[in-house]
Amino acid sequence: MEINDIICPENKVYAAPELLEQVHMHYCPGCSHGVIHKLVAEVIAEMGLTEKTIGVSPVGCAVFAYNYIDVDWVEAAHGRAPAVATAISRLWPENVLFTYQGDGDMSAIGTAESIHAANRGENIVMIFVNNAIYGMTGGQMAPTTLVGQKTATTPYGRRIDLNGHPLEITNLMAILDGTCYVTRQAVHTPAAVRKTKAALKKAFENAVAKKGTSVVEVVATCNSGWKLSPEKANEWMVEHMFEKYPLGDLKNE
Amino acid sequence: MKQEIIIAGFGGQGVLSMGKILAYSGLMDDKEVTWMPSYGPEQRGGTANVTVILSDERISSPVLDKYDIVIALNQQSLDKFAPKVKPGGILIYDTNGIHNRPQRDDITIYPIDAMEATLEIGNSKAYNMVVMGALLEAMSYKLPMENVIKGLKKSLPERHHKLIPLNEKAIEKGRELLL
Amino acid sequence: MEEVRLMKGNEAIAHAAIRYGFDGYFGYPITPQSEVLETLEELMPWETTGMTVLQAESEVAAINMVYGGAASGKAVMTSSSSPGVSLKQEGISYIAAASLPALILNVMRGGPGLGTIQPSQADYFQATKGGGHGDYHLIVLAPSTVQEMVDFVGLGMDLAFKYTNPSMILADGIVGQMMEKVVLPEQRPRRTEEEIRKQCPWAADGRKGGRKRNVITSLELESSKMEVINEALQARYREIEKNETRWEEIGVEDADYLIVAFGTVARICAKAQELAAEKGIKVGIVRPITLWPFPTEAINKAAQGKKGILCVELNAGQMIEDVRLAVHDSLPVEHFGRMGGIIPSPEEVLVALENKIINK
Repeated sequence: MEINDIICPENKVYAAPELLEQVHMHYCPGCSHGVIHKLVAEVIAEMGLTEKTIGVSPVGCAVFAYNYIDVDWVEAAHGRAPAVATAISRLWPENVLFTYQGDGDMSAIGTAESIHAANRGENIVMIFVNNAIYGMTGGQMAPTTLVGQKTATTPYGRRIDLNGHPLEITNLMAILDGTCYVTRQAVHTPAAVRKTKAALKKAFENAVAKKGTSVVEVVATCNSGWKLSPEKANEWMVEHMFEKYPLGDLKNE
Repeated sequence: MKQEIIIAGFGGQGVLSMGKILAYSGLMDDKEVTWMPSYGPEQRGGTANVTVILSDERISSPVLDKYDIVIALNQQSLDKFAPKVKPGGILIYDTNGIHNRPQRDDITIYPIDAMEATLEIGNSKAYNMVVMGALLEAMSYKLPMENVIKGLKKSLPERHHKLIPLNEKAIEKGRELLL
Repeated sequence: MEEVRLMKGNEAIAHAAIRYGFDGYFGYPITPQSEVLETLEELMPWETTGMTVLQAESEVAAINMVYGGAASGKAVMTSSSSPGVSLKQEGISYIAAASLPALILNVMRGGPGLGTIQPSQADYFQATKGGGHGDYHLIVLAPSTVQEMVDFVGLGMDLAFKYTNPSMILADGIVGQMMEKVVLPEQRPRRTEEEIRKQCPWAADGRKGGRKRNVITSLELESSKMEVINEALQARYREIEKNETRWEEIGVEDADYLIVAFGTVARICAKAQELAAEKGIKVGIVRPITLWPFPTEAINKAAQGKKGILCVELNAGQMIEDVRLAVHDSLPVEHFGRMGGIIPSPEEVLVALENKIINK
């Protein structure tokens, strides 16, 4: 049997998502962003929203998200993605807006914008990638860094007396009347990936139906920042992160 | 024709709205107008003043140091603005609560008891229109009453238009104070 | 004939934004310009022209909403006063860097810090020399009348779209708070979605018709490419300088002395000019209308044969630097200013002219 006999449509079991650009990603090997990007690209294409979707990328590791998913994008200042998305969503109400933000963007510098956009119930999807560290700038503490976790700015581990408590911003979002769907997922196993995709789909459906703000937190690894192998990073996440950030829906209306 | 006027008093005496009605009346009479407010630290109970300029020509500065007419409705305002009346100009002040009277012989001074006149009308809200009546009477530029009524209509919200006859009466009462 | 109305400068801005067909306004209250947002909320333009009005959670959020709106091709604006405009500077830098059209109004109050709510012109440096980080310029318009407040809303937006560059109306608290006669423009219809796509093919408004994706960003990590972006910005600024410099001259030709002043202060100086004429002193006035681009050549030309220049500003001496550069020290240039919200009278201006220039 020749190889060309094998490569034929009938035998196709998997393909790269049509909206995912075929370029080298700048993410570290083992990083969760690649998987999350793939899921976002799949959901947008499968829902037929390619011509309606506008993404707002953050400052952080995902700053170049606009290079990878083939929809319109606006690159926001650090933390301001929800404000940027608010305006576009209101000015182009038939479009679908999503923000893609890390833990610094969403829960440190951009806390005000996140909370207020969600509180106004803007019809946007907020994708929040929480890896408990600042990857882009070289592994400093994030608001979501766990107690005892070592980072470049907590070299002896995060201390409550010095650095305060890990911030569960997603829980805060869930109590706001403007949010319709708040969930926390992960992408460390095939089953978890499938669940995250379903969550993203639901969030985009909410935006189309103008139900308000949906927040999809993805608890993620940063094996470079955590100084672990990708495999060990997944284990560390399951062991430590899920205790503070348990998976599941916080709100589903 | 050019009239450079400042109205000064306590916040809450209707100083700014009187200035606004005057400016609107001038506008209705086809004049160039400016209305420039200045507040004290508090908008209520503090001192407030407003500069109104009515002119046939384009108005340059909306901010002035000398005035054709000064209206002072409390002692502070009288002390501050009496020296700023141009020689030959006019000073109108309400005598209530005034203990230091102005000492100038190069200007025309009209002490009025606008408070008493207002009480006679029976509506304390008409106070600023009594003062406005005195001002209209004192001005060398004679603003036609019909345009003052139009100015009132323009500056008062629709729901207060029923008060226009009362205001008209107050203006007439104020005019009489100068006769 | 359009009805003549009496309006505060701030109210007039709100009416003008609707009349000129703006798509969105995003702001946060701060004295002395809160009437802009208040008037818009009262007029409810979303019921008439379809304009969006939103009270943001901060000036920072408001300017980033403007960034988003502009990035999607819409005609959008914000307004604030000095401390609030400081907060907006990051967003303004991003808007300028991404080459987006937008309009920002600053009704200046006295600073620094929280300062005072009274009028000032102390944000001249901030508006004309950058304000935010990086090499960029805003087109800066300085209105001196309530009518110009209205007109500059239209002009500012037209220039912003023409050059895909943000414009700023730099007003002092005087023209924001004073009432004057004003004629509003005819209602300009808001652009249709088709018109927006034609005018702004770069806009991030969704890949309609399957076109290539549009990305609005100011990030470029490769230095050689970033330099090319900077060069393109600079080329545009030279073009704006060539085409859009605006100023007004009053009685310059016969004058012995010049006053240079912008905004409402120029009107105070015009009164001082009248007072000077009564004393036989011939004074001319140059009023820069665009503070950037600055009317450098016009001032140099007007200064020919004059005995001295007085710059009058509500600050400690900011525009005077540009005036001095314009005339290359060919004649004495002095500054007279009041600060902290104090407005000088025409008499004070004349005394300053006599003391600092004429009798010196």
